[in-house]
Amino acid sequence: MAASHSPLRRLAPQLVILAAVLALNLAVFPDFFRIEFQNGRLFGGVVDVLNRGAPTAILAIGMTLVIATKGIDLSVGAVMAIAGACAAKIVADGHGWGTALAGALAAGAACGIWNGVLVAWLRIQPIVATLVLMVAGRGIAQLVTEGTILTFLNEGLIHLGAGTILGIPTPVVIWIALGAGVTWAVRKTALGLLIEAIGINAAASRLAGINARVLLTCVYLVSGLCAALAGVIVAADIKGADANNAGLWMELDAILAVVIGGNSLLGGRFSITASLLGALIIQSVNSAILLSGMPPEFNLVIKAVLILAILVIQSPRIGHWLYILRASGGDPAPRRAKTVKETAR
Amino acid sequence: MTFKATLLAGAVALAPVAAAADDDLTIGFSQIGSESGWRAAETTVTKQQAEARGIDLKFADAQQKQENQIKALRGFIAQGVDGILLAPVVATGWDDVLEEAQEAEIPVILMDRTVDADPSLYLTAVTSDLVHEGKVAGEWLVSEMDGKDCRIVELQGTTGSSPAIDRKTGFEQGIAGHGNLEIVRSQTGDFTRAQGKVVMESFLKAEGPGNICALYAHNDDMAVGAIQAIKEAGLAPGKDIVIVAIDAVPDAHLAIANGEMNATIELTPDMAGPALDALQAYLQDGTEPAKWIQTESRLYTASDDNMAVYEQKKSLGY
Repeated sequence: MAASHSPLRRLAPQLVILAAVLALNLAVFPDFFRIEFQNGRLFGGVVDVLNRGAPTAILAIGMTLVIATKGIDLSVGAVMAIAGACAAKIVADGHGWGTALAGALAAGAACGIWNGVLVAWLRIQPIVATLVLMVAGRGIAQLVTEGTILTFLNEGLIHLGAGTILGIPTPVVIWIALGAGVTWAVRKTALGLLIEAIGINAAASRLAGINARVLLTCVYLVSGLCAALAGVIVAADIKGADANNAGLWMELDAILAVVIGGNSLLGGRFSITASLLGALIIQSVNSAILLSGMPPEFNLVIKAVLILAILVIQSPRIGHWLYILRASGGDPAPRRAKTVKETAR
Repeated sequence: MTFKATLLAGAVALAPVAAAADDDLTIGFSQIGSESGWRAAETTVTKQQAEARGIDLKFADAQQKQENQIKALRGFIAQGVDGILLAPVVATGWDDVLEEAQEAEIPVILMDRTVDADPSLYLTAVTSDLVHEGKVAGEWLVSEMDGKDCRIVELQGTTGSSPAIDRKTGFEQGIAGHGNLEIVRSQTGDFTRAQGKVVMESFLKAEGPGNICALYAHNDDMAVGAIQAIKEAGLAPGKDIVIVAIDAVPDAHLAIANGEMNATIELTPDMAGPALDALQAYLQDGTEPAKWIQTESRLYTASDDNMAVYEQKKSLGY
């Protein structure tokens, strides 16, 4: 198998872009890569990128699976708000942080199953089906918090967002562990292959005996759970559930992370690692903007230009040109052999 | 035609009721929605003010949509209310419905925001002065620093929003002419706690923790987020970094009481008090109020009893 060689090749564009954006950070802020151990926690620019990128990264894990089935989940931002509100409400009522986390995850699971049923059983188009919860979800969250920012002082819950494990911010540990766990689950079992099959050709996969309905529901369930976890982290980070702003527009960042990760919105082959790199690229762009000290009026313009550049570089046409350029310059023979292998896969 | 006739019939049917009980005023209040804690507090205070004066308040929540507000206003006109309080969601597009209210001889008072319409179409506008709020913050910092050098970082509101522009302008006016005060970094925190914390983290990295002397935030929520970032960087908020913000929400009072914040300027949720005063005076003997009633921008510092204010404000729905 070409497995020992292909993962790096698959991730090469994302790694190069990430390196470029990190270099941009270094250019605007020379101390960017300095990491200090301060106050019992790692402290530095890179740590911030890893830490602040956590919500997008966690959402991107679920979103990658959903997009691999040719679906999309627009509701994750609203589900974050619901989960954060539930967690805050539960600790405000005097329960422990374990109960709060379980309650928030249960709320996220319920939202995910709702989306899954709409998509898999009622056959509503994913973009429409999840739009329902995207719009209504924030209202549900506001009902839970009664329109206020529900603050809490539960140490255990706060630890999930603002605490550290061995000096590393907890959100970083959570997203790396979750990413590794889900990648393992889909790649070491047939699960990933089945998900890809649904995304490439739902009818054929059904005929091949894949229970698409259950699998689709499960994929949206995972997305809901990821969103809930991200929501708890965001709420814990500011010690309060802000139903109006928590997770606002995060669904778009998550989709962008998946796209920057080189995954097709038309479903099929996917890479969770690439999506996670996509999330880190987005956060590095945000970090560069903040550290540059530019007036805030330029924020969105700079972000748009950088993202546009990243997507253009990744476009198939540019990739084709690069291929031709390399093929004409170097020895084309081994490359051709590989192309055959990839098509065969 | 029939619709108008129905409206008219409704108005006629209700008119005698309103006339019979002339002590019992009926006022319509069209609120934008409940997009922020402050907005919720404004609604609560308005209801309290109406109840204290024995006014029958008809409340309509527009859920951030102008068409809902226009519908609500037409409804109030059809019901023949004695006056209308309007917190307009946008500035334009009010002329027609305000003319309808004028024809029905129902005075309209604008609350919190103003509109781009002929001033003769409304009785008065009760708003805070956003520039003044920023200026109070700036002047407080000038007196607090007392000539010492101070590098200030600024957390702006949502880019392009009028509170962000005006509060920035006001603060710059407040510190103008004092060379010891300098704004070294200014970035938007979108008026939210989460962004306030994220942006403050980047300020602390980029400037170096010891090189920031003061933080000015365009609202309290961003300041509360920034306080957490300062703590996580191992500094003492309120001591190592002086913090001044605007709005005076309950959590800011709590932070001041805990010594983690230094000052906040109140954007009072009590717009209804002055508005109803003006309306009652007008309905009683036709006293024309000034076209603009400015609410007080009160400064709260550690010398106030912030714990008491916190307890009192907590129940307002912030």
